Amino acid sequence: MKYIDEFRDGELAKNIVANILREAAGDKSYSFMEFCGGHTHAISRYGIADLLPANVRMVHGPGCPVCVLPIGRVDQAIRLALERNVIVCTYADTLRVPASDNLSLMRAKARGGDVRMIYSPQDALKIAREHPQREVVFFAIGFETTTPPTALIIKQAQAEGVTNFSVLCNHVLTPAAITHILQSPEVRQYGTVPLDGFIGPAHVSVVIGSQPYEHFAHEYRKPVVIAGFEPLDVLQAILMLIRQINDGRAEVENEFTRAVTREGNLKAQAMVSEVLELRRSFEWRGLGEVPYSALKIRPAYAQFDAEARYGIVYQPVADNKACECGAILRGVKKPQDCKVFGTVCTPENPLGSCMVSSEGACAAHYSYGRFKDVEVVSR
Amino acid sequence: MSGEVKKGYVRGLDIKNGRVDMSHGSGGRAMAQLIEELFAAAFDNEYLRQGNDGALLPLAAGRLVMATDAHVVSPLFFPGGDIGCLSVHGTINDVAVMGAKPLYLSASFILEEGFPLADLQRIVQSMAAAAREAGVPVVTGDTKVVEQGKADGVFISTTGVGVVTDGLDLSGANVLPGDAILLSGSIGDHGMAIMSRRENLSFDVPIESDTAALHGLIEAMLESGADIRCLRDPTRGGLATTLNEIARQSEVGLMINEEAIPVKPVVAAACEFLGLDPLYVANEGKLIAICNAADAGKLLEVMRAHPLAAGAAIIGSAHADPHHFVQMKTAFGGRRNVDWLAGEQLPRIC
Repeated sequence: MKYIDEFRDGELAKNIVANILREAAGDKSYSFMEFCGGHTHAISRYGIADLLPANVRMVHGPGCPVCVLPIGRVDQAIRLALERNVIVCTYADTLRVPASDNLSLMRAKARGGDVRMIYSPQDALKIAREHPQREVVFFAIGFETTTPPTALIIKQAQAEGVTNFSVLCNHVLTPAAITHILQSPEVRQYGTVPLDGFIGPAHVSVVIGSQPYEHFAHEYRKPVVIAGFEPLDVLQAILMLIRQINDGRAEVENEFTRAVTREGNLKAQAMVSEVLELRRSFEWRGLGEVPYSALKIRPAYAQFDAEARYGIVYQPVADNKACECGAILRGVKKPQDCKVFGTVCTPENPLGSCMVSSEGACAAHYSYGRFKDVEVVSR
Repeated sequence: MSGEVKKGYVRGLDIKNGRVDMSHGSGGRAMAQLIEELFAAAFDNEYLRQGNDGALLPLAAGRLVMATDAHVVSPLFFPGGDIGCLSVHGTINDVAVMGAKPLYLSASFILEEGFPLADLQRIVQSMAAAAREAGVPVVTGDTKVVEQGKADGVFISTTGVGVVTDGLDLSGANVLPGDAILLSGSIGDHGMAIMSRRENLSFDVPIESDTAALHGLIEAMLESGADIRCLRDPTRGGLATTLNEIARQSEVGLMINEEAIPVKPVVAAACEFLGLDPLYVANEGKLIAICNAADAGKLLEVMRAHPLAAGAAIIGSAHADPHHFVQMKTAFGGRRNVDWLAGEQLPRIC
């Protein structure tokens, strides 16, 4: 595959790894957070952690869209399907996120709810057009990457005068989450989460650009390297972070120049701000309430806002006590530190959200890396 | 005066414009007509012609192998095949990977009221052609009709029987550390051919399903004299899931080499686009063979000489592992687990 294989080249990887080994040779240790689940997945799938020296450690961040979705928000969608006889459309991984009463959207479907997996919001609008006698709700989740298509579909529904379609908007914002992590007591006070720099998001940055991260570099003195989701991108970003630390720099650098500019996609940004506005606060799984960290539909488009249309009020629901997703999403714990990891909680029966998506830290480690845990045990 | 209606007065099935209705499953004359003019006409063979409730079949020496498979694929027609030939190939392959010579098939149809007779005929004729080409007749069958909305066009369930010679024992439980893993060709073709025609996801790529009957290939492999432990066709769940089944059954670990696994560029690209891993995408005309490593070269040669396995490759080996993990050396230089498929990747693929 052109433009893909070049970034998975094992020979080139050896060169970058050799540079990392040489430049991180001292007794200094390096801890970098990859914010995005896409990077977590690449690190696990290609075995990148194995290629790094022991003093370069990767900490998984919260950038996995379904992982940070709190139970209360999934409950809202499930209730729409089961109690309001609404057709609920959403992206695949969202179907499996565990919610209250041992339900998920997939299990709600088995109980008679009309829940449909879609690949694009366009599919949801199409379903609404095809079923004029039914109400259709698009359960919209994700970071800035998936936000513009949601804004677009709302505008399109308005232009076409579709009256049986609305959006349950749960879009969240990356910079707010990074700020929250940097201000957390684990990072600032206790030092339990050593963070020397960030691998910045790939697809999110295509939309928002590299500029929003400049604040972190300057204000918190943390280097940020924006990187693509291919394994060579990740290795190169790690090398660039090591170089910034060694040089005493804290800058925003862009490894993903083939897709990311400083300004980002201005057209997409304009459309999002036309249709959506900031929420004062939003609960994230793991991070709790984070101020100004999510978007809702502007009053001008209220007829397409499922929250307004169905009078939905958010009810927070506590996570399962045994589940460590919260600490894992903040980088405080690793999946292996959780007592239920791989025992009660598996990809088939996820207890916590990090075990659901292949971008989740637990699912990535369980699916790709757990041979490392048992080898240590059996030695 | 005889009770027979005069030939000229019976109106034939309106295959061109007609549709399945509830009377076609009622057991009455409409059902008899459907069976006679559509099913029996296509499948015709001496056993079916017996016309009894069951087929009376001669018994060959050896042990019987029996396998059954339900087919609910959507869409019914896809590039490279349709539910008809798929339902023949799938069951023949399940019998053949046991090392058996497939002999007979049964077929039962669940039809949805309103299904066009023209589509049904196309499916039945494709099925009959596949059975004839494979030399495995459909000797008995059944038809039921359900109300509109209670099924999706047509579901086909087939059962196959075959005979395996005494002394030949192929099983997923036979694999020993050191054995070689062979794959008969590129993976993911069937699943991606189906995906490319899904209602909500059509994209224009020339991917054809690999649906095929593998008993000819298997016969040649068995004749080679290679010490084969196990044969499997990696259908739903793909190569990864089938290897995990074998690892668990045989209580061994399996190590595969990413670079050795054939994937067509167009399939790899389509998977990349949809966020799928070809290791988990269904195949309908491929097999995994695990054999004594000493015979791997010989077996590979025989496979490559057959048109259905020209792209065969040795993709890995078995080793002792108390955890029965399937692992992969990645092309990138790392190593990772290849886990069971979690959840549902592609619903209604076969």
